[in-house]
This record gives sequence, structure tokens and C-alpha cells, in this order.
Amino acid sequence: MDPRADILPLVLDDVSFEINGMRLIKDLSCTFEAGPRTAIIGPNGAGKSLFLRLCHGLLTPSAGTIRWAGPDGADPVAAQAMVFQRPIMLRRSVAANVDFALKLRNHGKPDRTAIIDEVLGRCGLRRLKDNPARVLSFGEQQKLALARAWALKPQVLFLDEPTASLDPAATHAVEEIVQAIHHEGTRIIMTTHDLGQARRLADEIIFLHRGRMLEHAPTETFFTEPKNDLAQAFVKGELLWWKLGKDNRRAGGYEVDKAPRRRN
Amino acid sequence: MNDISDAFAAAFAMVAGFDKDLAEIVGLSLEVSLSAVFIAAVIGLPLGAATALFRFPGRKVIIVLLNAFMGLPPVVVGLIVYLLLSRAGPFGVLGLLFTPTAMIIAQVILVTPIIASLTRQVIEDLWREYEEQMRSLGAGPVRSLTALLWDARFSLLTAILAGFGRASAEVGAVMIVGGNIDHATRVMTTAIALEVSRGDLALALGLGLILLVLSTCVNGAAFLIRDAAQKRHA
Repeated sequence: MDPRADILPLVLDDVSFEINGMRLIKDLSCTFEAGPRTAIIGPNGAGKSLFLRLCHGLLTPSAGTIRWAGPDGADPVAAQAMVFQRPIMLRRSVAANVDFALKLRNHGKPDRTAIIDEVLGRCGLRRLKDNPARVLSFGEQQKLALARAWALKPQVLFLDEPTASLDPAATHAVEEIVQAIHHEGTRIIMTTHDLGQARRLADEIIFLHRGRMLEHAPTETFFTEPKNDLAQAFVKGELLWWKLGKDNRRAGGYEVDKAPRRRN
Repeated sequence: MNDISDAFAAAFAMVAGFDKDLAEIVGLSLEVSLSAVFIAAVIGLPLGAATALFRFPGRKVIIVLLNAFMGLPPVVVGLIVYLLLSRAGPFGVLGLLFTPTAMIIAQVILVTPIIASLTRQVIEDLWREYEEQMRSLGAGPVRSLTALLWDARFSLLTAILAGFGRASAEVGAVMIVGGNIDHATRVMTTAIALEVSRGDLALALGLGLILLVLSTCVNGAAFLIRDAAQKRHA
């Protein structure tokens, strides 16, 4: 398979996901084209992480299809990467963590050394390269997780609340890295709890609530005039979930807004 | 009280005099137990890791059996290996009965379930942490398995030491399949048993003390290795 062939667009068609009969993702359809950065937002339990894992292929949908609609010959597994909310560090040195990922993609030794040096440098971890990864601070670990993903030069990078437990300085550093990865042409699809971050990093917003996609709009539009009333309340920071939640049947009736495609 | 002080005196005399027979017995003990532990680790580590990682039919049965076999009575294992290796047994032609090889085979059977069970537990916990990342990176089963074994190496050293403890301490199996033949299959534990039945308790206890010191040294060395390596890799 040709690792350089485009794997995008990613097409989700009527996707549902259930565990023990509980439907956690409901009839979700959308398309991710190459280009813009997407932030998936919504309250806890909305299904943001599940949605990301379904897209990345870590979970299999109970109904519906998820397909990489790029040309034949593209290798979707090799062309995507994911950074998790809690960085998962191998019990090895910083450099060896990146090296492990590169070995899995069959890079030669000189090639790997060069890439490791480059990504660690760009993520500000070069001086720590021989340290054990698990004694790094949480922020440094997350930067290493990003460096490891970056080393793979993925076409699509999934980020699951990458700054959820970081302080503002570390959050800023992580956001800079995400931007840099994006500037090299990687499609960013991330979840976040931080509305400011969604504004800063995303070109389009997907709003999830109780497993349904209630809105999919350009960032600007979403924050100025959200169509969905739950999204309106969420943007305003109102804590209306438990009230509105009782009547969540209602939410299902909303037309999902198809976002106009910019940038491509 | 006399027996105990005599034991220390006997032990000291044996070590100080560097008795040739003693050296032979100690050497064979280490050879048999270390070989058995090495072979059991080669089998048990991947087996334990595989039962932790893969879901296959019969997996639960294997886990229960491995756990149960951690407590196999050495005499029973010795007897089974004896029957298999005896002239009339299926492997009789190999002529292995009453040789160190037979003792190693018996100890491998005793030690493998211990190493495999403890490995499964360690790897299962680590896999819970690593699974999503490994799958995200596209690591296949073999790469995941080797990465897990490597990353868990310090914890697995404890599993291997538990196996060594079992092997170096057991007497039942090596007695039956080895026969405690002087200059051929006599090891520390069988020598101790022999001296006890002969009534030379001081000599038996002296041998016992040496065995204790040896196994403490092995465990101490492993601890130091683990400690030094862990400081570097956390």
C-alpha cells in the first residue's frame, strides 16, 4: 500500500455504538474532508471520546459504517495517529518511546535517529531524550505523546482532550505543537472541554450531546449564533444539562447542520 | 542447642575446607535449578503473556490450570516424570532416568506454571494500560507481546525468582527422578534428606545453611540488578 496516498475523506454513515444495550452514539453521519481543524465539544458523557475512538478504529460501530474514502491503495492505519487524554508512556527513555513508534512503521535506523532528533527538538524535549519517559512531568509526557504522533507524519491526528489536566503554560505549549503539526498538513480532529481552546484551535465545531450530533458548524458561526438551543446554553456556559437532559428525546428532532466546507 | 551450634561448625568446616564433594553437590544443584528456571522462563514468559493478551477458546481453562499447577506436589511430578522416563515408559529409550537431565525436566514442569501465571498477571495489568496506544500505533500481536515483556522486565524478574525459589528448594521430584546418586545426581536438597535419615543432623543442617546462603545470594544479586536498572528506567 502507498503510505503517501490520501486516506481522507473520512465518511461516517449512520453510525451507532452501544454497550450492553445502551446506545451511546446515535445515528451519527458526517464527513471529514482534508484541511480544516475540527473540535468536538459537549458535556461529559456526550460521547466525544467514543466518537474519536470510533473514527480512529479503536472501536467498531454497532451499526452504520465508517470508511476512509481516499483512493484505493491508501493505508488508513499507517496514516493516522492518536494522542490520549492521559499520555501512555512506554517504560523506556524519551527517545525510545518515539523510536518504538517509528520501528512499527519500518523506518531504517539513520532515518529514525533524524526524525527523533527533529520532533524532540520541535517539542522542546531534546535535552530530556535519555530520561525515562515515566518520570517526566504530566505536561512533558503529553508533549512526548505529541512528538511520538508527529514523528509518524500522520495525515490525520486525533486528540482526546489533550490538555485536560494541564496548567496554562503546558496547555499553551501543547496548543503550539498542535498548530505546528497542522501547518505541516495534518488533519486535526480533537475533543476538548475548553471552549477557549476550541475557538483558538478549531476551524469547525461538532457539538455532541448524549450521543447525538446536534450541530456541525464553522467555529465563528457556532460561537456567535449556535442554532441548537442546547448548544446555545453550552456556549453561554449555562449549566442546564440536567434540566434539559430529562427531555432529551427532543434533541433528536434537530436537523444536523451540514457545515460549509472552507479551505478545500 | 548442640545440634544447631554443631550445624554452624559443620557448615563452616565444609566451606572453609572447600570440600570437593560439597562443591560438586552445590555445582549440580545450581546447574539443575538454573537450567530448569531458564527453560521454564523461555516457555512461561511468552505463554503467560499470550494468555494475558489473546482471547482464544480454552483460555480460561489454561489460566485456571496454570494457577492450579503453581501448587503441584513435587513428588507427584517426580513420579509422573519417572513413569514417562522409566524403561517401560514412552521415553524409556532415551535412557534419561537418574540423570541431571531428568531432574531438569521435572523442575521445568514445576516451575513453568509459576512463571507463566505470575507473568500473565503482570502483563495483563500492563496491557490494560498500553492496549489503546499499541493498537493506535498499529502494533501487531507479536510486537505488542515483545514490547510488553520488555517493558515489564523488572516485575518479571520477580516471577523468575519465585520460580528459582521453587526449583532450588524442592526435594521430592529430583529425589525420585534423579535417585540421589553420589557424584551423579546428588544435589543439596537430596543430600540434606539423606543426612537427616542417616541421623547426621548437624551435617544436614550445615548443608541447609549453605543452601540458604546461596539462594539469598541469587535473590540479592537479582535485587541489585533490578534496583540499578529501575533507577535508570523507572
